[in-house]
Amino acid sequence: MNEAMIKITDLRKSYGNLDVLKGIDLTIAEREVVVIIGPSGSGKSTLLRCINYLEEPTGGSIVIDGIPLTGEANINEIRKEVGMVFQRFNLFPHMTVLENLVLAPMKVRGISRSEAEQTAQELLIKVGLDDKANAYPDQLSGGQQQRVAIARALAMKPKALLFDEPTSALDPEMINEVLDVMKSLAKEGMTMAVVTHEMGFAREVGDRVIFVDGGVIVEQGEPEEVFLHAKEERTRSFLSKIL
Amino acid sequence: MDINFSLIWDALPLLLAGAGITIEITALSVGFGLLIGMTVGIARLASIKPVRYFANCYVDFIRGTPLLVQIFLVYFALPGIIGHRVDPYFAAISACSINSGAYIAEIFRAGIQSIDKGQMEAGRSLGMSWAQTMRYVIMPQAFKRIIPPLGNEFIAMLKDSSLVSVIGFEELTRRGQLIIARTYASFEIWMAVAVIYLIMTFTVARLVGMLERRYDTK
Repeated sequence: MNEAMIKITDLRKSYGNLDVLKGIDLTIAEREVVVIIGPSGSGKSTLLRCINYLEEPTGGSIVIDGIPLTGEANINEIRKEVGMVFQRFNLFPHMTVLENLVLAPMKVRGISRSEAEQTAQELLIKVGLDDKANAYPDQLSGGQQQRVAIARALAMKPKALLFDEPTSALDPEMINEVLDVMKSLAKEGMTMAVVTHEMGFAREVGDRVIFVDGGVIVEQGEPEEVFLHAKEERTRSFLSKIL
Repeated sequence: MDINFSLIWDALPLLLAGAGITIEITALSVGFGLLIGMTVGIARLASIKPVRYFANCYVDFIRGTPLLVQIFLVYFALPGIIGHRVDPYFAAISACSINSGAYIAEIFRAGIQSIDKGQMEAGRSLGMSWAQTMRYVIMPQAFKRIIPPLGNEFIAMLKDSSLVSVIGFEELTRRGQLIIARTYASFEIWMAVAVIYLIMTFTVARLVGMLERRYDTK
């Protein structure tokens, strides 16, 4: 872990006079898995969405793999390299699983259909859904849909992946199948930023835990350190409610 | 009263030819209206303010004024500006297209807005441009939802196109008027005209229903 994959400096985001992010500094190294936790409304999802410019930051700077994010000018270039997995999957319902996976690689990276399909098949094997290539999203369970969504993000061969509460919309029995896929990605060295309430996942695969509250990073450190010996009262109070 | 069926029988070829013209102007107007409507509907959602403003003005003006007045504007007022008279066929088609375009713009706007925001976000997060996401992700989904109201618009235009009879354009209604001027058989001819309209609108409604079911199964 040396090179900074994502470098965020003094990131601010306001809606009108509501300040959601009040100056976030965060550097995520290559191959690092950062888990972002915090109460609802703390700004953790907004932070993630700013990295992908789904929310336009009000101030501060974001540098992805050495390239500064300058808004609409180069956003598609950045997004090619940073995948996003959403809470509600957001698969394209009018397309089969396979079409979901090949669309962006073909249209954005300009690779051939046969090559895109081959990559897609490999990714579906990886997430354990190679038999669902021709299914439509609404024929799949929530857990299966989310695994397809992860495969779809991976199909762009991104350098980093952002997960916005990837298991929050899932029935409890489906959470693990998604977390298992994420764990294997982490083991393979994918750079990941994960907003989640899954503390077990945070402890097992997180290299670092960030506790966000009131639009600022209150505390951060190795998972064990934060979970067992939190320095800040606010962190302890939050953890006591969810652990 | 006696109904003279032979009168209807004699008038039928002329009326059916008029019905053909009614279908023609409706199809052309809704066709052009689709092109206008898609463009304006997307423009109404554009982030560039002047674009949105002009699109809104167009839709508000057309929806806020009667089609009859719009036909008069094209047929009687436009020649004053361009300096020569306007062909009734051109006037009929352009007035109906511009009118249809405004209603179809609203249909497109509503259809696009009914698609979950997450779809655009997912497309954009994969590196696709706004236009690419619109084309491959949003529009195909929106189009399915647009079919029923588009069918309604077609049926409405089928009936409203009767208004172009006032500028002497010989579609179904005008044909009926002309035959009555000759035969004085108001009841027979207007009933025949009404039944022909009914058959046309009913058929279109059934066709739209079939199309809807076909798209429903993906």
